[in-house]
Amino acid sequence: MSVRPLPQSIDETLQLLNGAGYVADRSLATVLFLSLKMGRPLFLEGEAGVGKTEIAKVLSKTLDRRLIRLQCYEGLDVASAVYEWNYTAQMIEIRLAEAAGDSDRRMLADDVFSERFLIKRPVLQALEPDLNGPPIFLIDELDRADEAFEAFLLEVLSDNQVTIPEIGTIRAPEPPVVVVTTNRTREIHDALKRRCLYHWVDYPDAERELRIVNERVPGVRERLAREVVGFVQRLRREDLFKKPGVAETLDWASALTELDMVALDPEVISDTLGVLLKYQDDIGRIEGSRSKQLLDEARAELAAAE
Amino acid sequence: MTTGRAVTETGGKIADNIVYFARALRRAGLPVGPAAVVDAIRAVEVAGISSRDDFYWTLHAVFVNKRADRPVFHEAFELFWRERGLVEKMLELLSPVAPPRPAETEKPKPGQQRVEEAMQALKERREEEVFPEIEIDARMTVSEKEILRRKDFAQMSAEEIASAMRALASLQFPDDQIVTRRLVAATRGKVDPRRTVRATMRSAGDLILPQARKRKVQEPPLVALADISGSMSEYSRVMLHFLHALSSRRKVYSFLFGTRLSNVTRQLRYKDPDEALAGCSDAVVDWSGGTRIADALHVFNRDWSRRVLGQGATVLLITDGLEREEGADLGAEAARLGRSCRRLIWLNPLLRFEHFEAKARGIRAILPHVDDFRPVHSLEAIEDLVKALSTPAKRPRPALRRAA
Repeated sequence: MSVRPLPQSIDETLQLLNGAGYVADRSLATVLFLSLKMGRPLFLEGEAGVGKTEIAKVLSKTLDRRLIRLQCYEGLDVASAVYEWNYTAQMIEIRLAEAAGDSDRRMLADDVFSERFLIKRPVLQALEPDLNGPPIFLIDELDRADEAFEAFLLEVLSDNQVTIPEIGTIRAPEPPVVVVTTNRTREIHDALKRRCLYHWVDYPDAERELRIVNERVPGVRERLAREVVGFVQRLRREDLFKKPGVAETLDWASALTELDMVALDPEVISDTLGVLLKYQDDIGRIEGSRSKQLLDEARAELAAAE
Repeated sequence: MTTGRAVTETGGKIADNIVYFARALRRAGLPVGPAAVVDAIRAVEVAGISSRDDFYWTLHAVFVNKRADRPVFHEAFELFWRERGLVEKMLELLSPVAPPRPAETEKPKPGQQRVEEAMQALKERREEEVFPEIEIDARMTVSEKEILRRKDFAQMSAEEIASAMRALASLQFPDDQIVTRRLVAATRGKVDPRRTVRATMRSAGDLILPQARKRKVQEPPLVALADISGSMSEYSRVMLHFLHALSSRRKVYSFLFGTRLSNVTRQLRYKDPDEALAGCSDAVVDWSGGTRIADALHVFNRDWSRRVLGQGATVLLITDGLEREEGADLGAEAARLGRSCRRLIWLNPLLRFEHFEAKARGIRAILPHVDDFRPVHSLEAIEDLVKALSTPAKRPRPALRRAA
């Protein structure tokens, strides 16, 4: 088996992403290319639903590498992120040694804390060599983990190594492709950001969003897609508590396609607004006359463009 | 080098003065022990003095151990040695031309007031050595209010620091804690297999002693939203002192608002209180102006709430609730804030008036959405705030509140 080569230029990176159905803009392709080329982790920040996690998935697919995902949550610790000992097996080993009258403590300790009893969790798995090339290591929503875990990651991200007290330091022969994502529910420490290449993933512009919809929603009607995108783009300019992301646009477009709609109308918008907006305050603000107004504006713009 | 002689030639005065100087530093809050004084005298003898700078840095090397103490030391040095002209006297012995005096400082610097107070106390004790033309600190007689209006916010008196620290020492959060998902070693709780195996290894398997672990309990972060408009100016200063002291103890995100919202979290984390307050007054442009509470809350809700309220934060809203702007939907913004945080405490200075009634529209709009409503004014503010934070939440958590 051969390792699929990494893209050699920004254009190639762009093609690679586009080829896998991810419509990227040039800034993202640039930072991704640099990250691959320099072997530095990629730090993606942005609102929920703009396609941060998707980048890692696409990379895994196009480069044909294993995707290892570490979903962060509050309380995530080394035992569930890096490694754990197989305690039951260790206990049995200890009992057996005792029963056999084997009382060399040091030998026993070396045996019990050997790789045989080690359960590898995502971080350790990501450092292992792979036939297809180093894996894609996705550290998802890092802001959910607490600061203690974030500090732990510093060693992994800067030196691609993990220290297990009983065994020693395990170092990756080839660094994995690391993608870190965060939604900014808290600020990530500068020390961690410093080790990464930073990119803010923004909402796409109308043209790119239309391409994404056409790419990702099978069977969407041309007119519907344009109106959906036009409407969502307008909606994002409103003063909302949570603006709809690309994921919401896609959901909405598929929902409307399921409903066999060819174009938007105010009634359907009111009925399906819950797909786009997730806060009652926001829905209350947009529902009714405001949504009709937005639709009219979007339509006027589309007509002017034609 | 003749410095050893020079030190003794000024009649042992240098050594005395270093002792007094050290005492002043101690009074201004620097941890200067007697050993440091002996070291300083020795250091001056060893290093020799060929310029004012050398002398400065020699003393600096001995007396300053923390970055935060540097501005205080600087002010103390300028004041103490300039007034007495001792460095110049010494230099005169060594060179025919004395260096020019440093320019007068125009603006109060961080630490200056504390140092001046410390000097003042010293002067009273050693009157025979005081020069008659020494100025008396005029700012002491200016009312607090006026200082605020001129935004000379950077000065904190030693007494204020002491009282903030005293209040902090009595600060306890018995019921204001959250259980996290992180596990820590404990004497009781669920079995911790990792520590159990390790403990078993220690006895080579003879004894299996189960070790335990439990959920970690920690203090939730605090988010302070303090009103610094004209009507609140008497209180904002003391609130900031307290927030600064609190910031060094636990996680506090601080925001100030008048007509706009400013995040001063970073500024309040400076170790020295005067530096921190100076940082705040630089960062904020709308001191003592009007209030737009609804706008400020709106900006906070939109831009910051998800970033700072994520970990079960308690919110302190410090305002008199007198809204200047008509038409903004204060109720809706307050409701959003109340739903986003674990607990919303409102500290209102107007409550100190005995027959206070919530008549103002702004107050009535906010009131239904807060968990706790307390008075806050002048120095007592600190004790009130401590009380507010130490008492358990009266109302159930927001999620439950909504359901009810």
